[in-house]
Amino acid sequence: MKKAIYKIRSNEPLTASVWRMTLAGDTQAITAPGQFVNIAIDGLFLRRPISVCDCEPGRLTLIYKVVGEGTERMSRMRAGDELDLLTGLGNGFSITSGSQRPLLVGGGVGVPPLYLLAKQLLAAGLPVQVVLGFNTAAECFYEAEFRALGCDVTVATVDGSAGVKGFVTMAIAERNLDFDYFYACGPLPMLRALCDAVPQDGQLSFEERMGCGFGGCMGCTCKTKNGPKRICKEGPVLEKGEIVW
Amino acid sequence: MVDTSVELSGWRLDNPVVPASGTFGFGNEFKDFYDLNLLGTFSFKGTTREPRYGNPTPRIAECTAGMINAVGLQNPGIDAVISDELPRLKTFFHKKVIANISGFSVDEYAYCCERIDREEQVGLIEVNISCPNVRHGGMSFGTSPESAAEVTRAVKAVTTKPVYMKLSPNVSDIVAIARACVEAGADGLCLINTVLGMRIDVQRRRAVVANTMGGFSGPAIFPLAVRMVYQVARACAVPVIGCGGVQSARDVIEMMMVGATAVEVGAANLVNPYACKEIIEALPAEMERLGIEKLNDIIGIIE
Repeated sequence: MKKAIYKIRSNEPLTASVWRMTLAGDTQAITAPGQFVNIAIDGLFLRRPISVCDCEPGRLTLIYKVVGEGTERMSRMRAGDELDLLTGLGNGFSITSGSQRPLLVGGGVGVPPLYLLAKQLLAAGLPVQVVLGFNTAAECFYEAEFRALGCDVTVATVDGSAGVKGFVTMAIAERNLDFDYFYACGPLPMLRALCDAVPQDGQLSFEERMGCGFGGCMGCTCKTKNGPKRICKEGPVLEKGEIVW
Repeated sequence: MVDTSVELSGWRLDNPVVPASGTFGFGNEFKDFYDLNLLGTFSFKGTTREPRYGNPTPRIAECTAGMINAVGLQNPGIDAVISDELPRLKTFFHKKVIANISGFSVDEYAYCCERIDREEQVGLIEVNISCPNVRHGGMSFGTSPESAAEVTRAVKAVTTKPVYMKLSPNVSDIVAIARACVEAGADGLCLINTVLGMRIDVQRRRAVVANTMGGFSGPAIFPLAVRMVYQVARACAVPVIGCGGVQSARDVIEMMMVGATAVEVGAANLVNPYACKEIIEALPAEMERLGIEKLNDIIGIIE
C-alpha cells in the first residue's frame, strides 16, 4: 500500500459512460492484477475505489464508469491535473500454476482488471480465452485491446447488437469454450450465474461500497465459508469455493 | 521546545492524539503506513463477548463533509482479542492501548471488562454505551442516566483500570448522562460517538445503508462535538477525551480548549491513513503559532 500524488496523462471516454484515465506516478505498490486504487476527490469525503486496468513501472491505466458524483468529477479532470491515490490495495488475482487453459470472463465495467491479468497469463506462455459481456454494442469496450494482446475474444451482448446474443454464460456454451480454470469480474448476478453454469474452479472479483479501502473500517465485509472477509483487504478477489451466495 | 504530553488518570501520553475506536482496527492495517508508536495511544475496535459479523452491506454512505457507517460492531470477540490481537499488537506497538468494550447486556460489559482487566497492555477501558448500529445494546445503555450508571457501576466493580464511558450525542441532555456516569464511579468520559443519520439513494428509492440508519461522523460533526465536550467538561470533574470530526492540529487544540484532555480522531483515518501522524507532526508548529508552551495548560481554558 502506498499513498502518493499522480499526474493525469490522459482522460478520455471509451463509450457514453465509460472513461479511461492514464496516470504517471509510482506504481511499485501494485503487485497483482485485480488490485485497486482509492482516489481522493476534491469536495468529496470518501475516496473512490477504481480497479487497475493496466500498470507498467511509472504508468497506470484506470477504466471507470460514470455512475455518481465522484466518477462524474473524475470525468471532468484533464491531463496535467494531479490526484492523490492510495495504490496497491486489495488481494488481486493470483495466477494458479495448475491451469493450462484459463478463461477470463468480464462483465461491463468488470472487464478492465482482466486486461493486466491477460497480459500476465500470456507472458507466462498460456493461451488466453476471454469472454466480454455488455448490454449493447454501444457499451462495448476493450475488445480490440484484448485481441491486440493475442487473446481469443468472444463478445456477448444482452440485446444481441454485437457478438453472441445473451449473457456470458450463453457465449461460453455457444462457443463450447474449452478451459480448465476461470477468472471473472463483473456484476454479482453474472458472477453467480457463471459459478452455477460451469463446473470449473476459479477466482472472482467482487464489488462493495467501501469506507477506507485498506481494511481499517470493516465497511465492506462479506461472509465466506472461511469466515468474514473484507472486500477491500482479503478481497476483492475470492476463490469460487469459499463464496457464500 | 513545546510540551505535547497529557495525562489520563495517571497515564502519561506523549501527545493527546488518539485514533478512535472503529477506525483503526487493532492497528494492523495502519502499521504498514507508519510507526504507530508516535501516537499518544489508540482505541481498539469495539469488542464484545462473542465474535460478531455485524450488519449486512452496504454499511457505508458518503455525506457532505462526512460519512455514515452501519458496521454494527463487527469484531472477533473478547477471547480472540486477548489470544490473537493483543499479542500481535505487542510486536509493533509498545505503548498501552485503550480497550473499547461494547455489549448487549450489563453482564456482557462486566464480563468483557473483567477479562480485559488482566491485560497489561491495556491502559484504560473505554466503555462504549453509544454504538448507534445495534439493537438492544450499545447506544440503548447510553441514552438514559440510569442505565448508563448501571453499566458504569457493573464495570467499575470488576476492574482496577480507569474506566471511561463513551457517550452518545443522540440524547436530549448529555450532561445528565455524563454526571450519572461520574457519580457511578467513571474515571473519565469520552465523547462524542457518531450522530444517528440516514441517507437515501433517490434513484433506487431506498436507504443507502442496509441497516437504514447509521452513525454520521467526519468534519461536519466537529462543532457539535466541541459544544458537547464544552458542556460536559464544565459539569464534570473527570478527564474528557474529545472526539468527533477532528481533522487537524488546530482542531485538537480547539477540542482541548473546551476541556478535552486527549482527542480522538476517527473518520479522518479512513480518508487519509496518515491523518494522525500528520496531526501529531503539525502540533508543535501550531502550538508555537498560538503561543502555547504546554498543551496541558490549555485544557478547558474557555470559560
